[in-house]
Amino acid sequence: MNTHHTCTSTTDNWPEVKAVSERILGEDLVQFIEECRKSPEPHSQLIAVLHRVQAKFGYLGASHLDAVAQLMQIPAAKVSGVASFYHYFRLQPRGKFIINLCLGTACYVKGADRLAEKLKDELGIHFGETTSDGLFTLEGARCLGACSLAPVLTINDEMHGTVTPDQIPIILDRYIKRAREETQTSPQT
Amino acid sequence: MMAKRPKQISVTIDDTPVKVPEGTTIMQAAEKIGIRIPRLCYHPDLSLAGACRVCVVEVEGLPGYVASCSLPVWEGMVIRTNSPEIRQARRDIVELILDNHPMDCQTCERDGNCELQNLAYSLGVRERLFAGRRKEFPIDDSSVAVVRNPNKCILCGRCIRVCAEIQGVYNLSQHGRGFTTVVGPAHLANMDDSVCIQCGQCINVCPTAAFLEKSSTDIVWEALANPDLHVVVQTAPSIRAAIGEGFGYPPGTPCTGKMITALRLLGFDAVFDTDLGADLTIVEEAHEFLTRLESGGPLPMITSCSPGWINFLEKFYPELIPHASTCKSPMSMLSTLAKTYYAERKGIPPEKIFMVAVMPCVAKKFEAQRPEHRMPNGRPYTDAVLTTRELIWMIKCYGIDFTKLPDGEFDAPLGIASGAGDIFGTTGGVMEATLRAAARILTGKKPDRLEFTEVRAVEGLRDTYVAIGERNLHVAVANGLNNAKEILNKVVSGEDHYDIIEVMACPGGCIGGGGQPYPPEGYHILDPALLRKRASALYAIDSAKQLRESYENPALEELYETYLGSPGSTRAHQLLHTSYRPRLPRGIR
Repeated sequence: MNTHHTCTSTTDNWPEVKAVSERILGEDLVQFIEECRKSPEPHSQLIAVLHRVQAKFGYLGASHLDAVAQLMQIPAAKVSGVASFYHYFRLQPRGKFIINLCLGTACYVKGADRLAEKLKDELGIHFGETTSDGLFTLEGARCLGACSLAPVLTINDEMHGTVTPDQIPIILDRYIKRAREETQTSPQT
Repeated sequence: MMAKRPKQISVTIDDTPVKVPEGTTIMQAAEKIGIRIPRLCYHPDLSLAGACRVCVVEVEGLPGYVASCSLPVWEGMVIRTNSPEIRQARRDIVELILDNHPMDCQTCERDGNCELQNLAYSLGVRERLFAGRRKEFPIDDSSVAVVRNPNKCILCGRCIRVCAEIQGVYNLSQHGRGFTTVVGPAHLANMDDSVCIQCGQCINVCPTAAFLEKSSTDIVWEALANPDLHVVVQTAPSIRAAIGEGFGYPPGTPCTGKMITALRLLGFDAVFDTDLGADLTIVEEAHEFLTRLESGGPLPMITSCSPGWINFLEKFYPELIPHASTCKSPMSMLSTLAKTYYAERKGIPPEKIFMVAVMPCVAKKFEAQRPEHRMPNGRPYTDAVLTTRELIWMIKCYGIDFTKLPDGEFDAPLGIASGAGDIFGTTGGVMEATLRAAARILTGKKPDRLEFTEVRAVEGLRDTYVAIGERNLHVAVANGLNNAKEILNKVVSGEDHYDIIEVMACPGGCIGGGGQPYPPEGYHILDPALLRKRASALYAIDSAKQLRESYENPALEELYETYLGSPGSTRAHQLLHTSYRPRLPRGIR
């Protein structure tokens, strides 16, 4: 599709755009985007930029996307359209703990569907969502390569094998306690 | 340099041999032998999407079907546009598009002029075989002008393309994927919070009712039924040139007289002509231009009648705001006078006057609501704006047999207008009217020529010099905001000096406005042939008039003498001028 806009287009509020972008994205990202702008096809760098933003913030918020749009001089609708298209990009912040429930064949046969129901029930969220306290994000994986431990789930980098639905509340509780301890011991700012 | 004549390609379509230039698509080649292949996402003035697959045909040697809109022909190509299998395939495709469509045709705004409905009928879709899950998205009616209903959307992408490619706004994009794909502004935010400039071209190109103007017919019916209100109406120049299409007249048929009679039958107490507002705009604007010329600027002066353009200015080019003429638009000037000058003369309290404006435009609905265009009591000068489409519907709803109506005439004192006012409705018209006025002021006599055909710019962009008296004015005319960007960028960079620039947001100007009738059979929206016909109606009205200069309008003379003083006077400024301010979100230009 013909995009009918160029990165060289001028805007009269460049200092403002830069200042706002630095506040929202940070100097490192602004610098990265400015490097991208020097490439012969600056607009084709959009996805690379979005990867960097997500790597830094864990998700792509509306204000991040707007800052990218202004800084790259790409229409905001295009930026948010691209961000919302790819499964990899997240538009909502993720929880402190990412639960990845394996939904591969072996785990499924061993009752991953019941674990899924239990997790959704306990957390009050669907797949792809984050609890309102920001603690847990529930995601499904195709295969985690640990079929001998089926059914498995990972929470951040920790693997839990041969899980039964009864164990779910106990496992979740462990992480809730861990989060509480961390906030108590961390220095207050 | 002469363009090289393209190579001719011989193809066979449905056993008929035809020669077409290299680069022609199958669809275009078929049109040459009189076959119009069914289509949906295709639009001749927009880029190719190939998204809907309705236009599939068979090409000998290729497996399956191909989209005829996007495949160029090659030498010796043998094409079949019809067979029971091809027709079945097209029917299946449209049935699948209909699958999650609301199919509430009888209660839909587009009933009777919906492309999807027509297509389903012509392809023979008679039952619903795949009825599945329907779309259930919230309707976005946050904007006072444009309503977005994603449930009716079939993802053809025409709105996205017109917004980006013709208007250079790029407010719309597909979001998400698969079944939950939605077309909308960035972050799927409200239209009201987006860079939308409310030109309404998305409404025009939409084959269904996914985009519509926000209807004002209810409040107008209500006002007409209220005996305490003095309900007055004004009609923009371009309405008379297009309204006939709603009643079966060929495009380009002027219907001024019948339109006035229809408005009287609907119950309006007075029918005024926005053209008088246009004359007034010209006099004030010419005065403003000369003041700028003498006092050193800022030049160029850019016209400000088109509310879509003004929205674009405020969101995309705020640094050019000082260049925009401070004159209110003809609509707002006339509404202001209706509730001041006319109210006083008639002895009617302004709050008892209900002002309806019939406009070719949906952005006028936004303009009418601007805080700058309100009376001291906070009520807007223009109470309701109807699009041409809405007025056509009201006339039909009432049961008025439009074609049989005798000709009526506009009411005094706000109904007399010059031909210069009439041509406001087409691209280049405001410029031509301004030049007529400038010629009179700069030379101090009746100008020796009244027609400035060099600024009539149906094609989108004009950049020329016009000699007036001892001056050689550099003028530019642009319609369609992507065209305007070309000129505006030169102003911003200082690359070129202009004296006056006319910008109209919509392709062709108001005659191609976002509120004009959906095109009749044989024409498409944005069609230069359609726009030319509508424009020619206005030029015909102008050239048939004795009164062709705004300065000669006797109604204006009296208005200035008894009420306003002189052009640019304090009172004229108070009532007839306005101001603009940068708006967010900031658009990418």
